[in-house]
Amino acid sequence: MGRLVLAEGDVFAPPGVKDFFLPPIFGEVTKPMVLVVLSVIIISAFFVLSSRNLKIIPGKWQFAVESVYDFGRNNIAREQIGSKEFKPFVPFILSLFTFVLVNNIYGIIPILQFPTMAKIGFPLTLAVMVYFVYHWVGFKKFGFVKYLKNQTVPPGAPGPIYLLLTPIEFLQKFVLNPITLAIRVFAAMFAGHLILLVFTLGGEYLLLHAAGPLKPVSIVSWAFAIAMTFLEAFIQVLQAYIFALLSANYIGMALAEDH
Amino acid sequence: MNLNQGLAAIGYGLGAIGPGVGVGLIWAAVINGTARQPEAQSKLMSIAWTTFVLVEVLALIGLVVYFIASGG
Repeated sequence: MGRLVLAEGDVFAPPGVKDFFLPPIFGEVTKPMVLVVLSVIIISAFFVLSSRNLKIIPGKWQFAVESVYDFGRNNIAREQIGSKEFKPFVPFILSLFTFVLVNNIYGIIPILQFPTMAKIGFPLTLAVMVYFVYHWVGFKKFGFVKYLKNQTVPPGAPGPIYLLLTPIEFLQKFVLNPITLAIRVFAAMFAGHLILLVFTLGGEYLLLHAAGPLKPVSIVSWAFAIAMTFLEAFIQVLQAYIFALLSANYIGMALAEDH
Repeated sequence: MNLNQGLAAIGYGLGAIGPGVGVGLIWAAVINGTARQPEAQSKLMSIAWTTFVLVEVLALIGLVVYFIASGG
């Protein structure tokens, strides 16, 4: 949150886009940058430390790291890419999932409280990485012309439909997929953080600056903030899962043979 | 006078109709399918969440366009 007290006297200033531009902490380093680096440290520490001294009967941490790895490998990668070609992509998909998950969860952890994916640059970078990966592997497997043909000319449609279908498929696969992949997680985190800001800051304003009889309404506002926090937690995990799932799906679609 | 804020709000409201109907249809299908065959619930739910985010992104794009159009 960009402010601790409302600066405009007694008028409520609703939270907006300006609340997402946080002041630098030292030099040019801002809070989202610190949070992203922190998330990488957390994830690396989790995976590296929990997979030391692996035993046949897993302890708590080994069980946790195995569950996360299993989820990323089987539920996401193998199901979307197919059991023959999914193995090289498991680290990528798992990294995407855990990275987006930790950065999303930052939105509801006290003190940190800023989902870094609410800055468009972070999901955009991830989406560009996914874009290069799935087109690169498609070009490598099929060759330039055959890959384009596979992607833009799906088999089994009547002839003249292809005049409409091919440009739409091309637009979808080469332009819209990375854009919507980035916008999906960005807008969900942006909207969620904005909702939490509205209810929390609104409650604070009601308590401190509203007329006497209106002050108890701040309790309602804060109760809604708590309810929205639970919803936010669910949406954050879901968006992380969907980001990884759709990335794996695009890779799987790029590698799929003709039926 | 600057109408951008109001028009942007109206635009977002109109743009949220489609995804609202779409999400309702998805979950109606899940409820119907579970009513016919309760064992299919987990498979239906997983398909439901996957398609839900595809429809939800349209409403979220509308929200982003609101902020762009309201003179940010």
